[in-house]
Amino acid sequence: MINELLLRFVIGGAVVSVFAILGSALKPKSFAGLFGAAPSVALATLTLTVMKKGAPYAAIEARSMILGAVAFFLYASLVCYLLMRRKLPVLATTAVSLIVWIGCALGLWVILVG
Amino acid sequence: MRVMIVKLNVESIRETKWSEYATRFVFGGIVTVLAGLIADRFGPVVGGLFLAFPAIFPAGASLIAEHETDKKEKTGANRTRRGRHAAGVDAGGAAMGCVGLMAFAAVAWRVLPRFALWETLALATVAWTVLAIMVWFIRQRVL
Repeated sequence: MINELLLRFVIGGAVVSVFAILGSALKPKSFAGLFGAAPSVALATLTLTVMKKGAPYAAIEARSMILGAVAFFLYASLVCYLLMRRKLPVLATTAVSLIVWIGCALGLWVILVG
Repeated sequence: MRVMIVKLNVESIRETKWSEYATRFVFGGIVTVLAGLIADRFGPVVGGLFLAFPAIFPAGASLIAEHETDKKEKTGANRTRRGRHAAGVDAGGAAMGCVGLMAFAAVAWRVLPRFALWETLALATVAWTVLAIMVWFIRQRVL
C-alpha cells in the first residue's frame, strides 16, 4: 500500500513538473496558462489505474473527468475575473475559489450522474 | 489584427528556483495520491472528477505573481498589481486549456476500452493540445 502511494506520488509529481517546466518556458503568458490545465494528474492516474484495475474502470474515471474539467473551466474563469477586476490577493483568491470547483463538480455529478 | 507569436524561452527555465519546481512536484504528487485514494474510497465515478481538480493551480499562480513582482520591483512599477494581473492572465489561459482537458477526458473515455494504454493517452494528449491551442488562437483573433 505504501509502495503504491509512493509510486503515485513520484509519477504524479514528475508529470506535473514536466508540464510546469514547459509552461514556464512559453510566452506569451496567456499561452503558457494553457499548461495550468494540462492533463498531468490524469496521465499519471489513468496509467496507474489501468495497470491496477483495468481499462474499463479507468474509462469510467475518464468519463467523470469531463465534469471535473467543466468545473475547472468555471473555476479558472472566476479566478481570472476576480484577479483582473478586483484587488484580491492571488493565493487567497485561487485557494478559496477551489470551493467553487468542488460545488460545481459535485453539483454536475448529482444532476447528470447521481 | 493583433498578431501574437508563441516563443520558447529556455532562459526562464534556468531562472526558476529549484524550490519552485519542488513545490509543484510535491503538490502534483499529493493530488495524484489523493485522486487514487478518493477513487478507492468512493469509486471511479467520484474519483474521476478529481482527475481535473485544480489543486496545483493556487501554488502555480502564486509563483507567477511572485516572479512578476520581482521583475517589476527592479523597474519600480506597481508590483502587486502587475503580479495579480499576470496571475489573472495565467488563469484565463488555464480556462482555455480546460476545453482541451474536456477533449482529453472524452477521448480517454471512448478509446480506453478499445486501444492500448499508450495509444489512448497519446491520442488524448494530442486532443488536449489541438483543442487548447485552437481555443487560444480563436480567442486571440476575436479579441
